Amino acid sequence: MATNKHTLVAIVQDKPGVLNRMASLFRRRGFNIESIAVGHSEVAHLSRVTIIVNGSNAMVEQVRKQLDKLIDVVRVSDISAEKITVRELALVKVRASSATRSEIIEIADIFRANIVDVASDTLTIEITGDEEKIESMLQLLRGFGIREIARTGRVAMVRGALGGSKGEKAARKSAK
Amino acid sequence: MKKSGAQILCESLLREGVEVMFGFPGGVLLPFYDVLPQYPDLRHILVRHEQGAAHAADGYARATGKVGVCMATSGPGATNLVTGIANAYLDSVPMVALTGQVARPFIGKDAFQEIDITGITLPITKHSYVAMDAGSLAAIVKEAFYIASTGRPGPVLIDLPKDVQTELADPVYPDKIDLPGYKIPTRGHPTQLKNAAKLINEARHPLIIAGRGVIISKASEELKQLAEKGQIPVISTLLGIGGFPENHVLCYGMAGMHGTGSANKALDATDLLIAVGMRFDDRVTGNISGFAPHAKIIHIDLDPAEIGKNVAVNVPIVGDVKAVLPALNKMLEPGEHLDWIRQLDEWRKQHPLPDVNAGEGLLPQYIVQQLYEATRGDAITVTGVGQHQMWAAQYYQHTEPGHFITSGGLGTMGFGLPAALGAKVGCPDKTVWCIDGDGSLQMTIQELATLVQDSINVKIAVINNGYLGMVRQWQDLFYEKRYVATPISCPDFVKVAEAYGIAAQRVTRREEVAPAIEQAMAHDGPYLIDFMVEPEENVYPMVPPGASNIEFLEQPKKEVSSWPRTSIP
Repeated sequence: MATNKHTLVAIVQDKPGVLNRMASLFRRRGFNIESIAVGHSEVAHLSRVTIIVNGSNAMVEQVRKQLDKLIDVVRVSDISAEKITVRELALVKVRASSATRSEIIEIADIFRANIVDVASDTLTIEITGDEEKIESMLQLLRGFGIREIARTGRVAMVRGALGGSKGEKAARKSAK
Repeated sequence: MKKSGAQILCESLLREGVEVMFGFPGGVLLPFYDVLPQYPDLRHILVRHEQGAAHAADGYARATGKVGVCMATSGPGATNLVTGIANAYLDSVPMVALTGQVARPFIGKDAFQEIDITGITLPITKHSYVAMDAGSLAAIVKEAFYIASTGRPGPVLIDLPKDVQTELADPVYPDKIDLPGYKIPTRGHPTQLKNAAKLINEARHPLIIAGRGVIISKASEELKQLAEKGQIPVISTLLGIGGFPENHVLCYGMAGMHGTGSANKALDATDLLIAVGMRFDDRVTGNISGFAPHAKIIHIDLDPAEIGKNVAVNVPIVGDVKAVLPALNKMLEPGEHLDWIRQLDEWRKQHPLPDVNAGEGLLPQYIVQQLYEATRGDAITVTGVGQHQMWAAQYYQHTEPGHFITSGGLGTMGFGLPAALGAKVGCPDKTVWCIDGDGSLQMTIQELATLVQDSINVKIAVINNGYLGMVRQWQDLFYEKRYVATPISCPDFVKVAEAYGIAAQRVTRREEVAPAIEQAMAHDGPYLIDFMVEPEENVYPMVPPGASNIEFLEQPKKEVSSWPRTSIP
């Protein structure tokens, strides 16, 4: 069965154990999470979880339904088929000497990344973008020696006017 | 007035209509048990092992349709519940499991008898709570019962730290439940209903397969209307038995691994399968690629995640069968499938179940058939797991929903006795027969003491063949009769029963069966009959593992049994 990347957005209640329940479900149904990001949503006491998984449409639909059955999960939608904005933030600590520093800064500039820390032998760069952009910059920096990478995991949102996807609308409604 | 957490818990349980709970005390539950006498309407039945408490709550719930309640202390008490909770989860049984927990300051410190029971039960509960303050207990209990009993039912666990039970709080009993993430689909999509009706009206060889959802939703009458109006034959899953009367002219029995020949042939030939409240378990589908190969499938189920999980369906209807079926019935034209029904009748004649009167020996099937006769089909029968379970399913004609109680999804040996105990407590006016195997019974035999202490009048029929019979049957058929670890000795069950204070007798010959059953029924109190049956009788028909349903095996010509019985005096 053909697998492809799916972006799931879950609106969940801020309750102890909710992430544990979700993770347990992924494990039990044999799913690998490529990326997961959690944070507050626009509604108090509700968090937003963005999950990127690889799988066939049928498998991902099964997991979406299983997630939706969790009591603390208010709503889950698979927004892969919609026009979406996906962003991730990465912090990259790269080895930098006086000889290479300006070249690294130039690369950061090209990617509209920020230098957030400078030390005698390293530079730390903050970059935001989609996966492709971050990977491209990392590719260019590898030659200088990357010491550390911290990535947030991707967050996603449906483009366009207020309301977003059908699923998101329903989530907002049922949260009220 | 402030009350303790334990008092709030008891009052909350009473508000939920709880009459009885099955439990076992322990250190961290002392505050609860200490206040229990203040609530005489809350009956507590002391089991002998916590697994028995969970199965008893399960049997009670299946027999009554109400939520079963079990309780165990922290640590080993809680872990002993796990099998029973998993059993209830797989068979969608409404249950609230209460577990004691160490006091809050000790949580996470590996304290004495501390275990993370909510973590352990995460994949086998519908939901769970750790009650971290007495003030929230009332709301938690209310939510727990609501979640356990509505939608697709299931077990909900509440973990109760010791100091929460003693903490004082003003009880606030909420009248509303706020669960924005909990959705219960009801009606079914109108377009899909229309599609389903069209398919049914056009089908030439339609077939209904009914599952436990029919029983849970109390939709037997609606199912009957569908079958009769459309003149559609009905088969069932193991757990669907009783949802449609087995003496109905349109009923062709159970399908699947040990299903009837007619049911499995019908599955193979049908052009439209209407699956009602069932989940396409592998024991009913056989090899999935050979399942209902010529059929379009309409799947009606309350749980959206069941749709398309194992079998691709043509018309998915997510809704409560109780609401969906009447809507569907309205759209149906009266059907007539004379040739199709004649064909099924023909198959039924060609593939009868093995004859209960065959040979000289005492056949287990004969015993089940005699139990059926003696109880006029009106008893609640509860089984363990194994061959006896299949014979009980095959040879006792169940006509009432909730009268056949068996462990389906998990296949839990030892389920029989404690579940029968719970069923009898829930339905004291019904005759309850526990049909058990000698292997299954030995797993939870300690509950005989519970029957005696609480005067619970369960009749027990032990189908004693000296083997772990179902596993032996697989060794017989698929492992060239290498009977490894399946010959099993047992104590003298008659003496054991008597030692517990239960009347009992042994039956070795066919002519003793009916009088023994009569004696058991006439006896005022629990009674055990140890039926010494043919040791190597197999369950037929049988779909071999991995085969399609149509490849079912039928009983070959009899061989003389070989293994010498040594265990019984």
